[in-house]
Formats: sequence, C-alpha cells, structure tokens
Amino acid sequence: MAKSIDYDVLSSSKNKELETNEKWGLAEESEYFANKVKLYRQDKLNADEFRRFRLQNGAYGSRLNSEFSMIRIKVPGGDITPTQLEKIASLSESFSIGSAHVSTRQNIQLHWVQLEDVSEVFRGLAEVGLTSREACGNTIRNVMCSHFAGVCPNEPFDATPYAKAIARFFLRNPICQNLPRKFKFNFSCCPEHGYVRIADVGLVPTIRDGVKGFRVYLGGGLGAASFIGHLLEEFTPESRLLSTSIATIRLYDRLGNRENLARNRMRYLVSEIGWEKFQGLLLKERILVEATISIPTRKSYDGFLNTGDLNNTSISSTSTKSKIKLPVINSNSADTPYTRWLNTNVVAQKQSGYYSVYITLGAGDITSSQLRILAECIREFSLEKKARNTPQQNFLIRYIKADQLPKVFQKLSGNGLGNPGANTIVSTVGCSGTTSCNLAITNSHRLAKEIQSKFLELNIDLDKDYVDSTIKISGCPNSCGQHEVATIGFYGGATRIGTSMVPIYTMLFAGSTGENGELGKAIMRVPAKKVMDVVLKIFEHFKKERKGDEKLNEWIYKISNGNGAGEIKNVDDMKKLLLPIIELPAFSAAPDFYKDYGTDSNFVAKTARGECAA
Amino acid sequence: MCCLNKPINRKKNDIKVVNKRVKAKPPSTPSLNLVCDIDTLRTLIKKNKVRVVDVRKRDEYLKGHIKTAVSLPLAELLSNDDPESIIKILNNLGISDDTLVVIYDDTFGALASRVAWSFKFIGHRNVALLEVTYDNWKKLGLEIERKSNKYSKVSHSVDIDYSIFADAEYIENAQNDKNKIIIDSRERLNFLTEHIPNSKNIPYTMLRSENSILRNPSELKRFMENRGIDLNNEIITYCGSVGTLSGLAFFALKTAGISNVKLYPKSFKEWKSLGKPKTEFKDATYWDLSAE
Repeated sequence: MAKSIDYDVLSSSKNKELETNEKWGLAEESEYFANKVKLYRQDKLNADEFRRFRLQNGAYGSRLNSEFSMIRIKVPGGDITPTQLEKIASLSESFSIGSAHVSTRQNIQLHWVQLEDVSEVFRGLAEVGLTSREACGNTIRNVMCSHFAGVCPNEPFDATPYAKAIARFFLRNPICQNLPRKFKFNFSCCPEHGYVRIADVGLVPTIRDGVKGFRVYLGGGLGAASFIGHLLEEFTPESRLLSTSIATIRLYDRLGNRENLARNRMRYLVSEIGWEKFQGLLLKERILVEATISIPTRKSYDGFLNTGDLNNTSISSTSTKSKIKLPVINSNSADTPYTRWLNTNVVAQKQSGYYSVYITLGAGDITSSQLRILAECIREFSLEKKARNTPQQNFLIRYIKADQLPKVFQKLSGNGLGNPGANTIVSTVGCSGTTSCNLAITNSHRLAKEIQSKFLELNIDLDKDYVDSTIKISGCPNSCGQHEVATIGFYGGATRIGTSMVPIYTMLFAGSTGENGELGKAIMRVPAKKVMDVVLKIFEHFKKERKGDEKLNEWIYKISNGNGAGEIKNVDDMKKLLLPIIELPAFSAAPDFYKDYGTDSNFVAKTARGECAA
Repeated sequence: MCCLNKPINRKKNDIKVVNKRVKAKPPSTPSLNLVCDIDTLRTLIKKNKVRVVDVRKRDEYLKGHIKTAVSLPLAELLSNDDPESIIKILNNLGISDDTLVVIYDDTFGALASRVAWSFKFIGHRNVALLEVTYDNWKKLGLEIERKSNKYSKVSHSVDIDYSIFADAEYIENAQNDKNKIIIDSRERLNFLTEHIPNSKNIPYTMLRSENSILRNPSELKRFMENRGIDLNNEIITYCGSVGTLSGLAFFALKTAGISNVKLYPKSFKEWKSLGKPKTEFKDATYWDLSAE
C-alpha cells in the first residue's frame, strides 16, 4: 500500500500546479461570444437563436431580468487548482457579486453578470484552462466524479482519469451539440459514494478477473418526474467505456423526445419504451459503434485518457471485498472548536498518514477572499496541490499530513471556512432558488443557510446520530437541490391559505445516494417558515423512538417503509404528529409566516420560462 | 456655501472665470497621463518637479507617506468643496497652475480620484493618479518618510471646467437622451436594489487590475466596446454618496479614450434625498447569495 501512495503523491504531474489541470477553455470562444452579444443587441440575431448560443456557452438568463446572466463554470470531476480558484475569485469581484456558488453537480457558478461582460469572464476562465462551454444547453453537462476518487478505501481504482477523458472527448464534439435535452455523466469511486443512480449515465468502477471496468447505470435522473437508473450489464470493461457512451448518446439523440419539453430527458425515453427494449437497442448500437469507430477517434480518446493521471489508477492493493467505512478522525472530546471540526470534517484516506479535509460552505456560497484563502491552504498543505468540490456544495482538500491539520484548521477558521458538520445533517444543500433562478418559486438557498446556522447553534454536529443524514432543498420541483436523494428533502411551491399566498415546501423522506440509492417519498407540505420547527420536531421524535444506536437516516428509512417500532410506525403516524405544527396563525396576527425568507414583501409565486431546455 | 448644488448658469456668474486654458501658452513642464506610473513619479520626486498629494486620513499620513507628499484628507476637501475653498486648498499646498500633481490613497484609487476630479474641475490641468495604492508602494519598499511637508503658498487661477460636472437636473435631462449614458459605479447588488432609472452598472471593481488601480487602456476600451459604448458617447458617472467610486470610473473612462465624461459628485445620496424616481428590482432575493 505504501508503495502506491508514494507513487500517487510524487508522480510528476501532481507537483506542477499550473499543468495539473487540462485546458478546457478556448480564448477565441470569448471573442466569438462578445461578437454574438453585439449582434443580438443590434437586433441582427433573433432572441431564440441567441439564447441557444448563450446556453451552449454556459450562460443562463438571471431571474426575471434578462440583462444579467449566471455563468456556470464546469469543473470536470470537481478537480480544481489554486490558480483556478484565485481566477474565479477575481472574476467574481470584477464582474459578478464578489462571491461564487458551488452547485450540486460540481460546477461553480457566478451570478448576476451583465450579459455584455460575460465574454470577459470567459476570457479569464480560458486563461486558467476553465470553460463554461456546454455547462447549460442540450448537451453533455459537467462530468461528475466522486470527490473521494483516488483516496477512497473502497475503490478498486481511481475513476478520475476516465471521467475526465469522457468529459474531454464529448466537449465540443459534434455528436452531442444538439441532443433532445441535457445529458449527465456521474462517476463514483465505490458503491457508497457517488450519484450514479440519478444520472443519464452513472458509473461505478469495478474489477473482474483483473480487468478494470464499470457497472454502468442508464436512464436515471431527478426532475419533476425522477427515475433510478438501470444496470446495463454486470460488467462493462474499461475498453468499452467509450463505445458504450457513444452508443447511448446516439440512441438518445435518435429516439429521444424532441417535441415535449417536459419529457425529453433520456429517462423518459427509457421509461416509455421500457428498459429491456432500450437495453437491447443499446447493446446493438454499441456493436455498430465498435465496428465503425475510426482509429483517429479511438486514438483521440485514448490520448485524453493517457494525459490524465492514469498512473494513479493502478489497481489498488488496498481494495478488499468487505466494505470499509471511510474512517473519520475521532477525538474523544469535542470541547474545542478544533476537535469539533476534526470529528466531522476530516477523513482518513486509503493512503495511510494522509487526510482529506472538508470546507463546509453555506449552501455552496464562498466569497472571493475566502476562495483565495482556500487556494493558499491547498498550496500550503495539500500534496496533490488541488482540491475537489462536492455535490454537497462543499470543498475537499486532500493529501494533508496529520501533523498539518491544526494549522489547516487555524487558517480556515480564521476566515469563516472552519465550520464543522460536513458529514452530518448540518451541511444543508440548497439550490440558488429565488436568489437568481427563473424557475424558482421559493428561496431555498436562504432556507438551507438558515437551517445550517440553526443546527450549528444547537451543536447538532456534535451528535453522532446525525452523521450521514442530509437535508437538501430545491426552490421548485426541478430538483437542482437534489431533494429526492436526501434523508429529509424539500422542494418549493406556492399555495393559498385563506386569501394569502404562502411559500410552501413538499417534504420527502428517505432518499439516498450511492449504488443502492433510492428516491425519497413525499410526506406532506410545510409552509416555508415552519420548516425549521418541523425538522426539529422530527429530531425530537427520533430521539424518543429510535432503537439502540440507530441513526436518523436509518430511522427515517424505517418509518417511510412502515417499519417503525415505537409510537410512530409509518408516515401517517408521523404526519399526525406534525400537523399541529404546520398550522399558520391568521395573516393579520402574524404576517411574517406568510412571507418567504429574505424578503419583506408579501409572497407571490413569480417564475419565468426555464432555460434548461433551449 | 456649496456651489456644486447650485444651477450651473448661476454658478458661472458667481465666479470670476479666468480663461487661462485658451490664452495660455503650452506649459513648459511635461504633462502627465491620467495615471502616473511608479517610475515616473520617483523620477519627478527626485527632480523635485511634482507635488504629491496624500488623501488618506491625517494620522495615516503622519505614520508615513511617500517622500515629499503633502496631506489633504478627502474629508477636508469634501467638507467644503466649493470652488473658492478648493482654490484655497491648492494655494496652501503650494500648487500653482503649472505644478504637476500626483495623488494617491489607500482605497484602490477612489479617494484619490475624487480629489483629482476636484482639482480638474477647478481648472488644474496636470493632475494624475498614482498607479498603485500607498500600501503597494510601501510593500515594494519604495521611498517613504514621516516628516510633515509644507510648501510656500502660491496663487492658483480659477478656470472651472463645467464639462466634467453634472448635477441632478443634468442627469434628469440625460435620462432619455440616447447619446448620453449614465453609469452607476456601485457594486452589482446595490445597483440591483435601486438605481437611477436608465442607468447602466459598471461596478468600480471592474476597473482595477491586480497590480494597478486601473486596468490598462486597451482592456478598459474593450470593456466599453463590449458594453456598446462608443468613444463619442457622453458619459455621466455616479455612485453612492460623494463621488469617490464614480470618480475612479471617471478616470477609467477617460483612460479608455472617452473624451466627454462627467461626474455627478453628489451622486445617488442626493438623488434620493431630492425624492427623484429610482428603479428597484425586487423580483429576486439576490442578497442571500452573498456568503458574508
């Protein structure tokens, strides 16, 4: 084991900061974008055509204000260098709002950028190798990879180079520039970590007879209607990863629904024609692809794969059949902020002596000055000189030696980056909601932050019962906050109570990620200003009812399947206990209960056309 | 008395205008660019051919300042910024019509810009901003000193340049003029919250580079081109209260090659106090995105 560690850390590519990450961005695309904006402003390009172009380049329209854009920076595999973080910091200061937002799909978003300045952001991104190209629009979105890939004790090999090679191969590739709708790849490191069942293509690395490969899941995805992906075959060798991917995209491109905007993701195609038929078509398609794929095409992919840190994917001698839990550092006391942080934010890697450190953000928000501190921390303490962002909207700095941990904490906590609770329910997920999104009905973003601060205030992070549980919140049913894979999920809506409109959330129970991931079940609707009370009430009942060492997520799972052992046996029992809490006082007595977070105005459900499906 | 609040025409009559600009011969001393680089300033200091003005607070100045600099805290200038008072300040600092003046601060050039604009407004031609802040100057290990500098009094002429000035009434008339562009220099979220109707937002944070208070001219020019701003457009800048951020924008736009730039020194604070209309954007909760 020690041998492979040394190799990992000392391999030349890991010590050269500037070259560590591939060049995804192209400077000329910035100029091209600037020219298109001018044409659009001069009415020489019609709005629809321009919108499509804008989205293909990664710029969304901002909420109810087309003067401004949200730029979604792709971070393939979540892998990012200090130089890139510093550039994002200065671009945000210059052209955005002085902070950046980590999304649930490992993108980093800059909000409220003047449309005419977008090209300048592109220019800056290209300087450090980043791009937002195809981060939106009907194409291959950011390719995700577990933030533990390469350090996870349970992984058979590091999937990162494969994730990046796939990202590289399809970026700007003509075969995926005009799909029926967006298309998502998620790679995991092991069966536990990763979001493989909720992607168009989800991949779990595995080894059979000494051959590296994947278990490939197809047709999953979250949205107004969500589906769990299907296993294509028991084992897909890595040599067939490219052809399987191309075949899937070709099949979807040909058969996917181009008429009905609400049903044009691949998961609907799979659901409509049935998995077995889809599977059969796909396996045939793959034979065709393999028979006709050109040598240059194959070689270009192999080239991308080999430029990745493939060395590190040598089959790990540590992989064992039995599942190892990622060890968290456990200090027995939690009486100092440092030990408190150590308990929930520091994870031992498979490489002995090395640790990964979580930076817990509030719903993914980080200021420019914090980004710079993060960059300094990476340079100073991480042997791989990079970090990953996570679908939980946090960062993970890896390859830190044990004796450095106090210094890391000191540096982070001095700059508001040392919050504990990363691997517990404290680390609440929230999409951008009404802070910037056209589709949002509620301010899910602020709600997530409110819950996180409340939990920190109540020392919830100190309680081991809440480890591995999650709260995830979306501002509408479209699931950017991934509420369906949370222990307790919420998605925003609007309802009328008496004569007043009220922001309201639908609460879901028992969703989960990983290879055995399941979708949460809708339980009941909760007014926005009552969400906190409801969650705390659930905690109270959990403490009373759970058996032995049962953790919150385990107990919730039991209840949601009708297997509760105490007073609360099932969802109906739970609902009965919660109903009195969600009742609102009369509007005249307490108008604040009828308003959403972050505003003094009375609530109105205002949305505009979504831009995902351009 | 605060002349800047009065209608322009009346003001013109109030003050004896010496049209020196038209009559004067070309100055014997070289003229400065809008932004003075470090090397040029050091040379000028060595040759004793420049008046360096430090606009930080007095106690900061006393702790250390650029060699030969005089102290003029911005607050002192703002406390009484009618032309007569500004002329008095120039005279007391030993700045005569031909003196080269370089101004610096520790606030990314915004305070220096406001002072420099006032000097320009009163008719002093050779005024420039130092390309770096005092903090950077110090970090580079360049010459500083602690002694308070005083120079003998001089007599500066008055030649008010109304072409760089705008008041609320002027803004109102410009709002619907296609050739006049009103620029709000505050940060994005402040702009979204409320701004003067028909104004465009160029936050001051866009204007600086890592090592300089202003980006290079070609970059600034490209930014303006992106925004569809023509070099021949007339631009009026404003910010939150006293014209500092917009003062920086004034110099940035000048640097970009736009000749007709005006500053509304009383800015949005006055606009609001006058009860003028404003555009508010309440359809999004953008403040909650901030990680502060």
